[in-house]
Amino acid sequence: MDNFLELIKWEKLILAMKETIYMTSISVIATFLIGLLLGLLLFLTAKGNMWENKLVNSIISVIVNVFRSIPFIILIVLLIPFTKILVGTMLGANAALPALIIGAAPFYARMVEIALREIDRGVIEASQSMGANNGHVIFKVLIPESMPALISGITVTAISLVGFTAMAGVIGAGGLGHFAYLEGFQRNNSIVTATATVAILIIVFIIQFIGDYFTKITDKR
Amino acid sequence: MTMISIKKVQKIYPSQKGQVKAVDNVNLEINEGEIFGVIGYSGAGKSTLIRMLNGLELPTEGTVVVANNEVSKIKGSKLRKARQEISMIFQHFNLLWSRTVRQNISFPLEIAGVSKRERAKRVDELIKLVGLEGREDAYPSQLSGGQKQRVGIARALANNPKVLLCDEATSALDPQTTDAILDLLVDINRRLGLTIVLITHEMHVIRKICHRVAVMEDGKVVEMGPVLDVFKNPQEEITKRFVQQVTEPEETKETTRHLHEKYPEGKVVQLSFVGETADQPLITELIRKHEITVNILQGKISYTQNGSYGTLFIHLDGPKGEVEKAIAFINTHQVGVEVIANG
Repeated sequence: MDNFLELIKWEKLILAMKETIYMTSISVIATFLIGLLLGLLLFLTAKGNMWENKLVNSIISVIVNVFRSIPFIILIVLLIPFTKILVGTMLGANAALPALIIGAAPFYARMVEIALREIDRGVIEASQSMGANNGHVIFKVLIPESMPALISGITVTAISLVGFTAMAGVIGAGGLGHFAYLEGFQRNNSIVTATATVAILIIVFIIQFIGDYFTKITDKR
Repeated sequence: MTMISIKKVQKIYPSQKGQVKAVDNVNLEINEGEIFGVIGYSGAGKSTLIRMLNGLELPTEGTVVVANNEVSKIKGSKLRKARQEISMIFQHFNLLWSRTVRQNISFPLEIAGVSKRERAKRVDELIKLVGLEGREDAYPSQLSGGQKQRVGIARALANNPKVLLCDEATSALDPQTTDAILDLLVDINRRLGLTIVLITHEMHVIRKICHRVAVMEDGKVVEMGPVLDVFKNPQEEITKRFVQQVTEPEETKETTRHLHEKYPEGKVVQLSFVGETADQPLITELIRKHEITVNILQGKISYTQNGSYGTLFIHLDGPKGEVEKAIAFINTHQVGVEVIANG
């Protein structure tokens, strides 16, 4: 039994978990902010909306579609020069962040756009009829009224990001993916692989639970 | 004093089949403190017209002046400032579901930059005014339609507007709730001296609360005047149809036909009473002075803001000549007579 527990390499596992949680949290926060901004721009510049602008809308739309379509593992490789300039290295958790954020933010931007489109146009018009300016409409109407969808969207995105961190781990970013690949797969230690999987599952379940909870309490419909 | 002035207003939309004139050369003057109704079927342009009063739509041509603001011209912060004086309520209420009743009513005050303490005070007053005590912390999803519209009204009144625009405000409500909301609007009009403009397709709404009415068809105002005058003497075909919605229940025609078959002799006559004439004992005198039988088929009195208006359907029968004399007698009493079926 002692032998079995030793095989898991607890210290390394804990460290890997910390790295995964670190990468996921930073990238979720950045994805939320960038995705929200891009999603708002996509929505507001669309036809019939406050900042209607076909050119800006098409440019953002193309960028979002391109980055959303590139498989993540290829995106990391493509971004190596960019990451090196930005972070100075391409190893470690921080080096994974640019690729994680650039991979996930466009995906979330589309979710934000869909969430905003679900808002009843009459409500936006009503607030304009009360003299609301664009800032009021964005911060007092659009974001609060779409909050449950924004939260459930970021929950889904966060769970994909956990998966992305594992992929990033394989090429040197650290975290549970790295741990499972290096200590488990390459050393033929399937107990480590299984443990890493369980650890990732626990993280995913916790994210889902928190996301569902906040979606539920913000939804007053 | 004129509160709203609409001059030579046109609204033209481009469409695939060329241009559509949603509003066609409309001129209106609405006085301070007046409840003005615009009635028309859907597509008549009334919705476009009312939305031009707070700048949600801009006229293609013409000018719109509301509370001394030229709404058709001003933009940006000036327009937003003006909109605080011209508030609006909607058919589907358009409340923010993420906010409670209190927070919804507070919303226009936040926009106007009112301090937190002032807001709380004002919201309490408004909740009392529209009769929503006890529901302050409910969310819109927990309210009935009538309660939602009360929140809409309270929200619209928050910044002490001069004009209240009602965009089919009662069309999504059941008849009883409609009446309660209409009573509330009349009450607000009297207490606050607020000018109210409402659009509707229900003559009942016009009859119950409006002082003057404009009838719209194909983007044009085809008839306009004090509600009682329009009821008494509708000129256009469309106006007559709207008036019938209130004065003549569906079954009247059927009853008339049925009676005419049963008593092929005599005449079926529609009498219209206006104001005090409704109080005269006309039928009693009619029977005393003429050798005829009178059969009352159907009657209805409608109250408008300018007085009451009644219709009565009767069947007259008697010796030749006597029925004609009776009709002439009614005519001398300032009561409208119209022969509907001849024997």
